[in-house]
This record gives sequence, structure tokens and C-alpha cells, in this order.
Amino acid sequence: MSFFSIKVIWIKELKAYFNSPIAYIITALFLALSGLSFALSITGRFPEASMRGFLFGPIGPIGAFFLIVLIAPALTMRLFAEEQKLGTLELLLTAPLRDIEIVLGKFFAALSLLTVMFGLTLYFPLLLYWFGDPDLLPILTGYLGLFLMGAMGISVGLFSSSLTSNQIVSAVLATATLLLLWLSNVTSTLGDGELPWASLVRFLAMSEHVRDMAYGVLDSRDIVYFISLTAFFLFLTVRAVETRRWK
Amino acid sequence: MIEAKNLTKFYGDYPAIENVSFTAQDGEVIGFLGPNGAGKTTTMRILTGFTPATSGTAIIAGYDIQSESIQARGSIGYLPETVPLYTDMTVREYLKFMGALKKMDRAKIRTRINDVVDLCRLEEYADSMIGKLSKGYRQRVGIAQAILHEPPVLVLDEPTIGIDPRQVVETRQIIKSLGGEHTVILSTHILPEVSMICDRVLIIDEGQIVAMDKTENLSSKLGDITQIIMNVQGPAEEITRVIEQVSGVKRVSHTDAGGHNQFIIECDPAEDLRTELTRLTVEHGWGLQEIRTGGLSLEDIFLRLTTSEETDELN
Repeated sequence: MSFFSIKVIWIKELKAYFNSPIAYIITALFLALSGLSFALSITGRFPEASMRGFLFGPIGPIGAFFLIVLIAPALTMRLFAEEQKLGTLELLLTAPLRDIEIVLGKFFAALSLLTVMFGLTLYFPLLLYWFGDPDLLPILTGYLGLFLMGAMGISVGLFSSSLTSNQIVSAVLATATLLLLWLSNVTSTLGDGELPWASLVRFLAMSEHVRDMAYGVLDSRDIVYFISLTAFFLFLTVRAVETRRWK
Repeated sequence: MIEAKNLTKFYGDYPAIENVSFTAQDGEVIGFLGPNGAGKTTTMRILTGFTPATSGTAIIAGYDIQSESIQARGSIGYLPETVPLYTDMTVREYLKFMGALKKMDRAKIRTRINDVVDLCRLEEYADSMIGKLSKGYRQRVGIAQAILHEPPVLVLDEPTIGIDPRQVVETRQIIKSLGGEHTVILSTHILPEVSMICDRVLIIDEGQIVAMDKTENLSSKLGDITQIIMNVQGPAEEITRVIEQVSGVKRVSHTDAGGHNQFIIECDPAEDLRTELTRLTVEHGWGLQEIRTGGLSLEDIFLRLTTSEETDELN
């Protein structure tokens, strides 16, 4: 695997994001919604100098974590679907590049855009320090959680995109998958939590793994969960691209 | 150099190509000819490393396409059937990306972009969005992309399809000028194109190679038949009747091309009938305007090779 080859794809995709309105629209949407949840959380009746409102949202679940469920598919939907539609996938697959280099280049492009979006929210903690006395640790682990869940969201989105040449199908499939992974913990309360698969299904829920991080608890299980599922979906993507060669 | 050895590709139980073997020497332009669905694109996709062969392999510029896929792919310039272009890039941006994809260094990319833009006559449009270009220009961008890294082998899938006649001529000239430096394989179902630009022709039908030779040899090899073409002024029906009676003549067909009576006479190659035919025309007092021999046209050969079974069944 060569970093140079990954970088070629990475840069091309980053340029493509900023050549179309999509990056700007999604960034604006993300900043507006997460800013709203931050503002609501620090102006309520019992304001608190923490990022939990921003991360989980004061109204329902609409915080930064949940927004990843909506944003990641929007960022990844065109990455492979469009190449298939334009026929340019044939160009990439006959270039002297390995399939995994193509997949990783696209993955890093989407992840770096997402990281920039998270970076643009760093003025929230600065405001907290300005007006209050927040704990540093939950802020750090909160951002780590955003990054890890973002990476996983993108790997799921990338996989959906590699399965189809239709961007809409790709986005819907990724959103549905991420939504299930976000909500699957609620099923564990069915039948008083006595169902046989309850604990596994609960373990698969992304929302369970970011909750602790929002409180400043860093558990290796959470980190392993995100890294291994991200790797798993990237692996599936490479295999899906490979099967494109057989069609 | 390209050396294909027993390439076979199955899609499920259906063989797209079977035991395709051929060799192309350095600098040779090979025409890959066949009806739609004959397996041209499949063969090219295997050579370029897009799709793996079920069995068999090929050597591209010294690299095995299976065990040294990356190096082999790096030695090929490829223009797929649907020209793969990013419509939201300018021609220059696109070529820059392709250069990086092919692992060229920056300085080299810059000089080569100017070269290929020149060669493919894209100067006017180098900074235009690809999405705004006409089909012919897109095709040229596709060719520019394929030759950018000066690959020893070029694979062009239907390079002149769907573009207007004048651009077809220009595109053919570009391709012809590429032979010599590159080994070129191009597929087409336009027959005259092959005799115009190719050194050798390879005819494929139903996934198998049915003929492979120099364009001019193919006709003589097939030939228990040669053709004599005559332009004669006079009563067409009578002329036809007289010619038909000459021994050695197998078939006479007459066309009225703009006031000229043209007769195409298929005859036994063993004897040269030109003297006899000339004598007869003069004897009858007709005006002989032209007489020449001609091999079978590529169309004839092609049809004979690819439709033999059907005609057998009809007979």
C-alpha cells in the first residue's frame, strides 16, 4: 500500500467536495443544528458549562452525534456511486492502484471534511471557558467520540455507495443502516431486557458507546468497537469494489 | 508488446471469450474486429486489468497481468468504450489527476499535458469544463488521457464511435500517428477503419478468434476468389451476359454508379482474365474506362468469416 496513491485520490475527492455546493450546504446545516442544540443547552433553566447539550441535544437526540447519522451518508453517497455512473470507476480500477488505496483515499477525504466541520465547533468550548469553568476531559473525549463515530459513519456510507450507481439509493441505505445502529439499544428493553440477543444488539448500538465518552469516560471497549466496525465496513467496501470487476 | 495466452472468460456458464491468443509486436497497430457482443470489450478489459480472466493470462510489456497487475496496468493507456471523464473538471485538471494516478512526477505531468493537448488538438479547450465539450472533443480528451504517461501499450475500445465524420478522420490520424511508438490495439466494427489504420487485423466472433493476419493477406488467404472491377460504357444487360459466358467467371454484379456502369466480377484466381475481358469489350465496341483487379473487401471477408454458419444453414 502506498501513501502516495492514497493521497492522489484523497486530494481529488477533497477538491471535488469544494467544487460542488454539497460541502458548504452540509457544513452550514451541521453548524446551524449543533449550534442550536448548544445554545439551548446553555440557556435553559439550569445552564451547565458542558458540551453534553451540544453532543446529545437538549431536545430529543438531535445533537452532534446524531447529526453524523444524517451527514455521513450525504458526504459519502457520491464517492463510488458517481464513479460507477460516469464510468470513471473503470479508469480507477485500471490505473496502477490497489483497490484498498482507492477506498482509503476516499475514506480519508470524507473524514477530513468531517473533521474540519467538528473543528469549526471548537468555539463552543472556548465560550464555555470564557463564561464558566468546564471540565476539560469530557470535552476531549467528546471530540474523540465525534471523530470515531464520524469515521464509522463514513465507512458505512462508503460501503453503501460502493453497492450502487444511484446516489439516492446509497444515501438512503447508509442512513437506514446508521439509524438502526444508533437506535438498536432500545430493542434491548423489549421483554424486560430478557430477550436472548438483547445484550449483543445493545453492544452494537453506537449511541451506547458514545454516551460514556460524552461524560469523560474513556473505555477501551468503546474505542475497539468503533475502530473494528470502521475497519469491517472498509473491508466490505474493498470487497464490493472488487466484485465490480466481475460484472 | 502484448502476448495473450488462451484467455478465457466465463460469465456464469456463458463463455464471453474462449482461448483467445495473439501477439502484438512493438509499434504495431492491431485492429480488433467483430460484431457487437463478440467479446472485444471483454478481451480489452482483461488486458487492462479491469476484470480478471477465468483462465489464461497475458503479458503486457513484460509484466504478467495476473501476478504483476500493478506494473502491467502502469504500462497501458486505456480508452474504454464509454469515455470515462469527470465532467466537473477542466481538461487540464483532469489530465493532471490522470498523471498523478499514473504515478508521473509533477514536472513530467506539466510538460506532457502540453504535449498531448497539442497532439490531440485540444488547445482551445484546455481550460474548459469537460461537461461542456462536444462528444468528439471528449473522445480526444480520452485519447489524451490514455497516451499521457507514454505507455508502451495502448488499448482503445471503439475510439471513433459516435463522433462526427470530420472528427472521425482527425481521430484516425491521431491514432495512426501513435503506431510506431506504441503498440496499439483498437476495437471497432467499422471495417474500412481497420484497413485505414491497422497493420494487422484480428477478427473475433462469438468469443473466438476466427482470423488473424495482415489486412491484405487475409483476402488472398481466403481467396479462391479474386475480383476484377470494370467500368464499361454500353448496354448493361448485354455486357453482363457476355462477361458471364467467359470461362473462369463465377459471378458478375452490376452497379450504376453515377452514370458509370461498374461491374464486379468474381473469378478464379488461377488465370488472369483481364486480357480476355478487354478483348471482348473492344470487339463489341463498348467503351472501356477502367479495369483493375481487387482483393475481396474487408466487408466481404468479415461477412464470410462471421456468418458462415448461418449461410450453411440456409443452404
